[in-house]
Amino acid sequence: MAIYTREQAEALLKKALAYSKADECEVSLSGNIGGNIRYARNEVSTSGTEENVAMSVESRFGKRSGVATINEFDDASLEKVMRRAEEIARIAPESPEYVPMLGPQKYITTKAHFDSTAKIDPAYRADAAAKSIKAAADKGLTAAGFLEHSTGFMARLNSKGLFAYHPSTVVDFSVTMRTEDGTGSGYVTQDFSDVSKLDTASASQIAASKAVNSRNAKALEPGKYTVILEPAASIDLLRNMFGNMDQRNAEEGRSFLSKPGGKTKLGEKLVDERITVYSDPAHPEIPSAPFAGDGRPREKTTWIEKGVIQNLYNSRFWAEKTGAKSVPNPGGMVMEGGNQTLEEMIKSTKRGILVTRLWYIRSVDPQTLLYTGLTRDGTFYIENGKIQYPVKNFRFNESPIIMLNNLEALGRPQRINGSLVPPMKIRDFTFTSLSDAV
Amino acid sequence: MKRRHFIELSALGFGGLMMPSIPVFGDIISPERALEQVDPALKKRLADVALNTAKSSGASYADVRIGRYLQQYVFTREKQVQNIVNAESYGVGVRVLANGTWGFAATSDVSDKGIAKAANEAVAIAKANAKLQKEPVQLAPVKSWGEVSWKTPIEKNAFEVPINEKADLLLAANAKAMENGANFVNSALFQVNEQKYFASTDGSYIDQDIHRIWPNFTVTAVDKASGKFRTREALSAPMGMGWEYMVPKAGEKIKGPEGTGLMGYRYAYDMLEDAALAARQAKEKLTAKSVAAGKYDLILDPNHLGLTIHESVGHPLELDRVLGYEANYAGTSFATLDKWKSKNFKYGSDKVHIFADKTQKGSLGLVGWDDEGVKTKQWDLIKDGTLVNYQAIRDQAHIINEPESHGCAYADNWSSVQFQRMPNVSLAPGKQKMNVDQLISGVDKGIYIAGRGSYSIDQQRYNFQFGGTVFYEISKGKIVGMLEDVAYQSNTQEFWNSCAGSCDESDYRLFGSFFDGKGQPSQVSAVSHGSSHTRFNGVNVINTARKI
Repeated sequence: MAIYTREQAEALLKKALAYSKADECEVSLSGNIGGNIRYARNEVSTSGTEENVAMSVESRFGKRSGVATINEFDDASLEKVMRRAEEIARIAPESPEYVPMLGPQKYITTKAHFDSTAKIDPAYRADAAAKSIKAAADKGLTAAGFLEHSTGFMARLNSKGLFAYHPSTVVDFSVTMRTEDGTGSGYVTQDFSDVSKLDTASASQIAASKAVNSRNAKALEPGKYTVILEPAASIDLLRNMFGNMDQRNAEEGRSFLSKPGGKTKLGEKLVDERITVYSDPAHPEIPSAPFAGDGRPREKTTWIEKGVIQNLYNSRFWAEKTGAKSVPNPGGMVMEGGNQTLEEMIKSTKRGILVTRLWYIRSVDPQTLLYTGLTRDGTFYIENGKIQYPVKNFRFNESPIIMLNNLEALGRPQRINGSLVPPMKIRDFTFTSLSDAV
Repeated sequence: MKRRHFIELSALGFGGLMMPSIPVFGDIISPERALEQVDPALKKRLADVALNTAKSSGASYADVRIGRYLQQYVFTREKQVQNIVNAESYGVGVRVLANGTWGFAATSDVSDKGIAKAANEAVAIAKANAKLQKEPVQLAPVKSWGEVSWKTPIEKNAFEVPINEKADLLLAANAKAMENGANFVNSALFQVNEQKYFASTDGSYIDQDIHRIWPNFTVTAVDKASGKFRTREALSAPMGMGWEYMVPKAGEKIKGPEGTGLMGYRYAYDMLEDAALAARQAKEKLTAKSVAAGKYDLILDPNHLGLTIHESVGHPLELDRVLGYEANYAGTSFATLDKWKSKNFKYGSDKVHIFADKTQKGSLGLVGWDDEGVKTKQWDLIKDGTLVNYQAIRDQAHIINEPESHGCAYADNWSSVQFQRMPNVSLAPGKQKMNVDQLISGVDKGIYIAGRGSYSIDQQRYNFQFGGTVFYEISKGKIVGMLEDVAYQSNTQEFWNSCAGSCDESDYRLFGSFFDGKGQPSQVSAVSHGSSHTRFNGVNVINTARKI
């Protein structure tokens, strides 16, 4: 059995915890059933399933801590894993960053589990892949795609009385389609908690039309351009920015949020005032766990409001040491947008470039959050409100901070990789060279 | 049935390594348990259960991998140990050919019953997928090796060294960095031991014990007054070695260019020495001159050039990428079959001789046999600048008219299916006697780059941009001072055709990638790249400084 109900998980965790002889003890249980199908050259190449469930025990004596894991749950195994964690704790050095385990917490309710997704079977996977391959073959294209789904749960119980349980499901789908002559390529990626929202046939049409329309791209001179970034293009840059909003790094002077003299940019305006970013585990489009990895409750939190940095996340240790508010790191992010469709954003563009995907993004300078990477799978030149022709791929060197200061317009947010992100129109986006890649 | 955990390196202060997370497989165990081995006689008996079951269920070919994968990782910052991971993953993967189609299934139930079930499941998957197959799989022949074994030639098993000793070494390196002016230092030691038993219906029973090690650190210097910060990574390399790599040896040090204080490490690393220099260099970077963008001749150190080789030669010559199997993720390749067939595609200048192998001493790719039971070897990829070959496994060899596989099949765990992975890909040293100072003496306006930095390349491997760890300006044949904000952008073919020669073999050493990702679901592999200092003429350098 890999998936435990709330009651089953609590009963097993209580049974395990009863073996503890430590000063403090936390037992967590997580399980997952997943499956995938991969195809390339319009044929299925691999397909498989995996199932796993594991228990992790952290035992503490004073400021010493030990962790052990196990995947067998009979009485002898439960006792064994408890003793092992305690042995490791006894010989561990004292942690200078010790904080006591949390007591009982109140968590908001989130609906992240969908039976539709939990019921995905091999026949569904084969059918989903076949529909995508058909969409390619009908247009003489070659498809390479991947569909992966997972049904899982997390539960934790500690000796101070904290109990948390969260079930979830997710399905991820992506496909790249290429023209036979190798001059056109298109891509689509979608992810949902509820698989009934996924239609691989219609999603694949997006990749197919990008492939067909991106054939025989023309070369433009690299330089600064107004760009419209589809959510699949901007998500990685934005995620890199959110992932670096740690208070300790900022206060230690090694973050884009650090300021001279050991200060941080918390409370200051960092980006355009139309930018507001928050996280909410209960958001119906992107539900996530209502607790962080250390058991702290996750609630609706505003990170950037009208361009001003409102919160940085920090550890309990750092919050206590500095007297700051303790803020757990978020799950998915919501960037607020406007009501314009992508088509309307294109229509209002005099001269610009539509970027549908960015690829191989790597940090160049953590001080300015400068990243480099390339456009991929469909890049188009816009003039007088219309897409005129496909253009060759560019390499960019840009910082999401500069990008969000050069904001022209925001469209309607869409789910992408567990976050909600609007299409964005940005002026003076920096392309530094051309690539021959298709 | 795989349990794959991820350690978030960014949370441990390893943001500079540019890996969001590293995978850890399996269960947490005590350090002593890592020294145990499974009896080969038992493994042979279990392997036969898989092979016999698969054959009687209708497989025309079957192979089985019984794998025990051990990982021990130690993480520290400044004066404290942050995390110690000891993990073991044990299980069996069965791959079969039935009706001309591959099927694969894996289980952590290492019993006769569990293995037979996995073998039957693999055959069932193969038969189901056969309906969608257009052409049957063609396997290149492989020799029957009987019962054989192989072990990484290590002097001391790193898993035998007490964890406290390892933590103490990292903390001593941290202390050296702090004494020399660092504000922060994060250090880590990664060790891997793969105990793999491969058997196939071709009559091979291969028992291998493979060891890898990687010490690493990031030193950070902060100028509080200006708010500026700079990092400097370790100049170590991950190696296919034991603890002996961690013991400094004067004979394994190669002095860097005059005016840099740099030291190259061949088959032994001096972590304390490197940490002290790293702190001084991180501080120096805070006030180094910002580069003027333009064309420069580059002298690239082997610890930097390895990554350029990896991205611009290693990946584009993977045959599965060339054929389109990785189109949805890693991408395809500019090095198409027609270019290879023409026999005159100039990948680089005449000075460029790049070879592949899984046999090189101390390398990460070094094994006796690959994960298809193919004996490993060395072969040329680019000879005198011309593209001559790719990297292929058994079911691809016929596509490039090879009589046998190159022996580069690899799976990162018993629960992952083996597929084509990059072997060691190395640039042969120059034939004429030449050290790095002599190489620099011929450069009028150039930049010397050491260590890995930011790296990015397009999905067909044409356009790339690379940074580095430290940069020095070369003027009129001499290093004249440190530079900052340097990255070079080029096109793969143009870049390799600008290669003007390398130092001789006394300068040759390995660079490595410990967690190279490929495939969906993604698998990691470890691979080395050897080279000597090499010169490239007239490369486009950009200035990466910005204001936010």
